[in-house]
Amino acid sequence: MQLTGWGRYPIIEASPVTFQDHRSLAARLAETKPLIPYGNGRSYGDSALSSRFVPMRSRDRLLAFDPDSGLLTCEAGVLLSEIIETFLPSGWFLKVTPGTRLITVGGAVAADVHGKNHHQAGCFGDTVESLLLMLADGRIRRCSRKENPELFHATCGGMGLTGVILQVEFYLQPVPSAIIEQATIKTRNLKETFEAFEKYADWPYSVAWIDCLARGAALGRSLLMLGRFAPIGELDYAPRRTKTIPCNFPGFLLKSYSVRAFNSVYYARARSGISLNFVDIDAFFYPLDAISNWNRIYGGSGFVQYQFILPKKHSYTGLEQVLRKIMKTGKGSFLAVLKLYGPANDNYLSFPMEGYSLALDFKIEPGLFALLEQLDEIVLKHKGRLYLAKDARMSRDTFEGGYPQAEAFRSLRTSLGLAGAFNSLQSQRLGL
Amino acid sequence: MTQEWILVLGAGSDMARAAARRFARAGYNIQQASRNTEELDIEARHLQLKYGVQTQTLPFDALEFDSHAAFYAELEPKPIGILLAFGALGEQARDQKDVSWIRKIIDTNYTGAASILEVIAADFERRKRGFIVGTSSVAGDRGRQSNYIYGSAKAGLSTYLAGLRHRLHGSGVNVLTVKPGFVATKMTTGLDLPDKLTAGPQEAGERIYRAVQKEKHLVYIRPIWRWIMLIIIHMPEFIFKRTKL
Repeated sequence: MQLTGWGRYPIIEASPVTFQDHRSLAARLAETKPLIPYGNGRSYGDSALSSRFVPMRSRDRLLAFDPDSGLLTCEAGVLLSEIIETFLPSGWFLKVTPGTRLITVGGAVAADVHGKNHHQAGCFGDTVESLLLMLADGRIRRCSRKENPELFHATCGGMGLTGVILQVEFYLQPVPSAIIEQATIKTRNLKETFEAFEKYADWPYSVAWIDCLARGAALGRSLLMLGRFAPIGELDYAPRRTKTIPCNFPGFLLKSYSVRAFNSVYYARARSGISLNFVDIDAFFYPLDAISNWNRIYGGSGFVQYQFILPKKHSYTGLEQVLRKIMKTGKGSFLAVLKLYGPANDNYLSFPMEGYSLALDFKIEPGLFALLEQLDEIVLKHKGRLYLAKDARMSRDTFEGGYPQAEAFRSLRTSLGLAGAFNSLQSQRLGL
Repeated sequence: MTQEWILVLGAGSDMARAAARRFARAGYNIQQASRNTEELDIEARHLQLKYGVQTQTLPFDALEFDSHAAFYAELEPKPIGILLAFGALGEQARDQKDVSWIRKIIDTNYTGAASILEVIAADFERRKRGFIVGTSSVAGDRGRQSNYIYGSAKAGLSTYLAGLRHRLHGSGVNVLTVKPGFVATKMTTGLDLPDKLTAGPQEAGERIYRAVQKEKHLVYIRPIWRWIMLIIIHMPEFIFKRTKL
């Protein structure tokens, strides 16, 4: 069958390695090497792609919940959406959620995902108490900060390369309502955007949509969106009905003039200064989930999301250079997202570090990869790195330059006999 | 919330699991039975936590006919409905060469089902209430070279269920025959099934639940299968035997 990630690039021929229970999974791991676990296919690039993959979605059981501490135990194939549907009505929500609720818990751990509250709450792995991991030899290890701590820190953010995550124990947070109080702040340039992020850092949720095709004095103009749970309100929750994109959009819809026009209108629509309103959880955290296959707007050849982060000290100059470069080529995207992050955690391959991250979508077209390589250089020069969960094309050098613990991760894999057992196209490309 | 119980036989299959979850969502307590109960224990935790219902996990082997009467006699409380979801697909090329496999396919799909359903039907008939859901197959509607051993066993089951429906009609007990068509499950991952003809397990669970509520006699999980099978059944033999189906 054909297998691909959310960016629909690359597409490979692959066959599933299915199993009924832990015993049969152990048997399959012994006879099939290498392979990679595959969750809900929402990583963008090739991190879950391999000619043999282990589909994890059917491991979807909630196992235990402690309403005193908020500790939830579930299998790795449970979707975040299922957790929200089950627990939000009684006042519990994820401590960390990315911009889609359609990912598995195992995937959230493997990519050590983060959300709009990274500057306060850290990554998904930071909410994890412990996890059960099946190694290549079929043994099951419990990993936490106390038990097998190295394996724990390698698995959170380890892109499925340390074994098959079977179960995860992690904390939910109590919330007073299912409604978000949202503030939108319109900024005129990059400097104002940065200032606004710092000024409102006490808001738990923040993210900026940046007009990546704005020029000159308007370079970096943004809409900064802040949010916090409304202190009182209903807890009812029903996921929104989704719309479907019926076909791949034709390429002309994504020429630079149409993207520029979209961005101008989107920016102009917001009132100047600060506006306040109340929105539901889906509208605030998961706007794109409302369109069930929005990845088709980038046409048949797919797209890549380019997400990098720069340490705070170099963020301004680095971002300015990246934005100028993109503006000149006109290859902008509808959705360019800027965010201020908090300190890095101890996981070997986690993406976040204290600084600013920018994420951009680019449809696959001739000349794109050459542009991205130029952007890689700017990112590396400013001591930054790229997000593995989005990547489908970075070079090994770019990876090595951004992830100082890569070598330690490799040694751990080798010492536990994981190196030949778990591989993705990405891990092979990056020599992991 | 009802205090009624549903017994699911062959509860480990993806479709049985999805149907059981749908009934649990409606407030029914669930008795799960299967040969391997380890996975059922995990599922039981999910049903309790997610839907707040009670569960029981019971060992059951369709091929141990002699144990069926005792299995049901010991079941407490007695269920209001039965989902019979066990079966054996077999492998045509292997099975046609070996009578022990033929026997196993027939015994699992037909004899095992008839054996336990007779026990249950007697009880439901006496209590004058309850419903029975039997999972048959579109493969039973016409014999095809690619799976006629499995297909003929399911044909037997379909006819059996029709007869049971006839018998229990006067007792107020409905018998629903499910002919799933293609359902995407663990076992079909990797097969390139056509999207329009293939249901997800959740969709299957929903269809079965609704068919029970409406007291239907027969349900194809995707309605299009009714038309596909209508054509297949009525195709003249001299054409049909030339196809590759």
